[in-house]
Amino acid sequence: MIPELGHFALIVALLVAIVQSILPMVGAARRDHALMGVAVTAARAQFGLVALAFGCLMWSFATSDFSVANVAANSNTHLPLRYRLAATWGSHEGSLLLWSLMLAGWGLAVSVFSRNLPQVLRARVLAVLGMVAIGFLLFLLTTSDPFTRLFPAPPEGRDLNPLLQDPGMVAHPPMLYMGYVGFSVAFAFAIAALIGGRLDAAWARWSRPWTTVAWSFLTIGIALGSIWAYYTLGWGGWWFWDPVENASFMPWLAGTALIHSLAVTEKRGAFRSWTVLLAIVAFSLSLIGTFLVRSGVLTSVHAFATDPARGLFILAFLAVVIGSSLVLYALRAGAVGAGGAFAPLSRESLLLGNNVLLVVALASVLLGTLYPLFVDALAVGKISVGPPYFDTVFYPLMAPLLFLVGVGPVAAWRRAPLPELWTRLRWAAGVAVVAAVLGPVAMGRWKPLVALGLLLAAWIAAATFAALAHRLRHAPQRTLAAKLGANAPAWYGMLLAHLGVAVFVAGVTLVKGYEIERDVRLDVGQSVVVAGDTYTFRGVTAVPGPNYDALVATIDVTRANREVTTLHPQKRTFRASGQAMTEASIERGIGGDHYVSLGEPITGSGASGAWAVRIYVKPFVDWIWGGCLLMALGGFTAVADRRYRLARARRAEPAAALAAST
Amino acid sequence: MKPRARRFAWIGAGLVAVVAASALILNAFRSNLVFFFTPSQVYAHEAPQSRTFRIGGLVQQGSLERVPGTLTVHFKVTDTAATVPVTYTGLLPDLFKEGKGVVAQGTMGPDGAFHATQVLAKHDANYMPPEAQAAIDAAHGHAGAMSMPSLHEARAQ
Repeated sequence: MIPELGHFALIVALLVAIVQSILPMVGAARRDHALMGVAVTAARAQFGLVALAFGCLMWSFATSDFSVANVAANSNTHLPLRYRLAATWGSHEGSLLLWSLMLAGWGLAVSVFSRNLPQVLRARVLAVLGMVAIGFLLFLLTTSDPFTRLFPAPPEGRDLNPLLQDPGMVAHPPMLYMGYVGFSVAFAFAIAALIGGRLDAAWARWSRPWTTVAWSFLTIGIALGSIWAYYTLGWGGWWFWDPVENASFMPWLAGTALIHSLAVTEKRGAFRSWTVLLAIVAFSLSLIGTFLVRSGVLTSVHAFATDPARGLFILAFLAVVIGSSLVLYALRAGAVGAGGAFAPLSRESLLLGNNVLLVVALASVLLGTLYPLFVDALAVGKISVGPPYFDTVFYPLMAPLLFLVGVGPVAAWRRAPLPELWTRLRWAAGVAVVAAVLGPVAMGRWKPLVALGLLLAAWIAAATFAALAHRLRHAPQRTLAAKLGANAPAWYGMLLAHLGVAVFVAGVTLVKGYEIERDVRLDVGQSVVVAGDTYTFRGVTAVPGPNYDALVATIDVTRANREVTTLHPQKRTFRASGQAMTEASIERGIGGDHYVSLGEPITGSGASGAWAVRIYVKPFVDWIWGGCLLMALGGFTAVADRRYRLARARRAEPAAALAAST
Repeated sequence: MKPRARRFAWIGAGLVAVVAASALILNAFRSNLVFFFTPSQVYAHEAPQSRTFRIGGLVQQGSLERVPGTLTVHFKVTDTAATVPVTYTGLLPDLFKEGKGVVAQGTMGPDGAFHATQVLAKHDANYMPPEAQAAIDAAHGHAGAMSMPSLHEARAQ
């Protein structure tokens, strides 16, 4: 009964989405308040229905109802409850249902926090979200029904892929999708503004908090995926330029550009049509990412050809969404106007530089991700584009961008003369040079690329503090607390996020420059010295897990005869699938990680013989994710700004009517 | 500068930046493409001698040998028509097994063996790496079809 209820709820949700996308749009054209009012009710009803469907699927997983094909294929009675619940989004169908749930959730949020929007705009935004929902609900119902029954029901499920039986599976996909799908709101605002023909500072102010929240979630989602990849399988890498990773990174790059371009549009009225285009691009890339990951083209373009229904549906949906929004853009953007003039050196021009660099970086990732697919599809051979390509292209593009991150916040709008910039930033420049010279020396070996990375990281950090100092020095208030209180949260959020970039860059630089990776063969009792630490292999014992059998190794780490830590890497064999999984053991520290993972037994049965062991030393690797966390925190801080939240009192002044958001 | 002249200056600067970036990207792209060859192609000397490339197929049953006291392994990759000997030093991925699909990246050595710097196995016991499947299908003379979702590849390097 429960699966049928879920299926029924999805069908009703589709009908509601159709109503949500048509009636308010008509109402907005006719200025009919009753029709426009439908949008809010429909958005809330849609969330209720999709949440009900999602709950039904989760219930089926929780109770191991193997008469549902999706549950039988992705779960197992021996699976711990948290992974049975997370298995809800472990399959293709379930992850699309999560997509729809997130979309409905964002629609609900817009309906709740947009009471101060003009009614016409709110109706159009919700209608556009309804159209996107139609696409996804149709896709679910016609090609990927998560509730299909199996008859006869198998007594036991096939199990969730062991790779996915990890705490990362519980947190990473919801966060990532929250961000991915969140760009649909920025997209809906852009489309609504294009339809209405009004793209002004007020539109940018309404759109900004939504974009920033989505971007913050996406940042956290990508960082969680990166941490997961780092400790799973014993690869020890934090980013592989894998197409699946690129699919989430491209919307992030577009979103980053969009956040900065929205700032210019809000403050100066410039870059309007560019900002709208970026909003369309960011959401389109979210859709393309979904297409890449969900259609099977990454496995093989032939997968797409043999099971064409799904792939073709997404491709057609992509064509409709991207095509129609670009046509609308072409028709309307000309009427938008250019905005205020600015000097070649001004905050506007620096943010323009930011946008150009981000978009070029985005294009290079897109090329590297899609080109192998084209080559394969044209049957002219098989190629792969590996990390070396992305590394060679990305670093030269990011270096000037990181330099600009330091300059932007202290530059004035309209005109920022060079002498003025130099006065504000000379201390930061000094700090950066000192860090570049001394940092690598402190790490033991001087390397030019490390020096460059540390130069940029220190430059951003110092320039961020210089911006703060400059603001406080010139504030009219007397006390420090009053001076601090005079600045908006959005401004502190920006500083925090930039500081996060500095931390991230320092982490990447140091781990790339000084990481040590060693594969060794160790007999029981044998030791190896890596980076001054002695790793002693104490043997392997068998330990049963809930749904796997593990071989757990004990490795003592000592330095100068003093105990540092004891690590227990595991080799797990899952009973349901017989598949093996490597579970690395990591001693984390702010200065770096000790990372050990097991290869395979070389002699003997495993418990007593020699093993292949991988030992990694990863200096400052946790700074990478710490930096991402700071960036996301900066985003959330920025959204707490009062000017986004409250403006009921100023409603008489239409341009100042602000979007409420939290 | 007049607004018109300024606009041209902006456009010019933008063009220069885009051209420079394109040159950089395309050059990096050209030198970092890794081509894929099947064991049959390698056997027919179609694969490059000095450049890095990938091969794929099945790990031949009974071909896995470990050099005693080291992490070096020898195995043979087959597409059922031809086989290529492979040498690799390091940890093998969890899914590496005799009779299962594998993709390796490296160069041909003067000894006629493929010296792998990276061994990849698709991280799901049921599925073949697409390249490996394609190699076997090519050897059998028909286009292959895979219909399973993509997962990250497990890799050892």
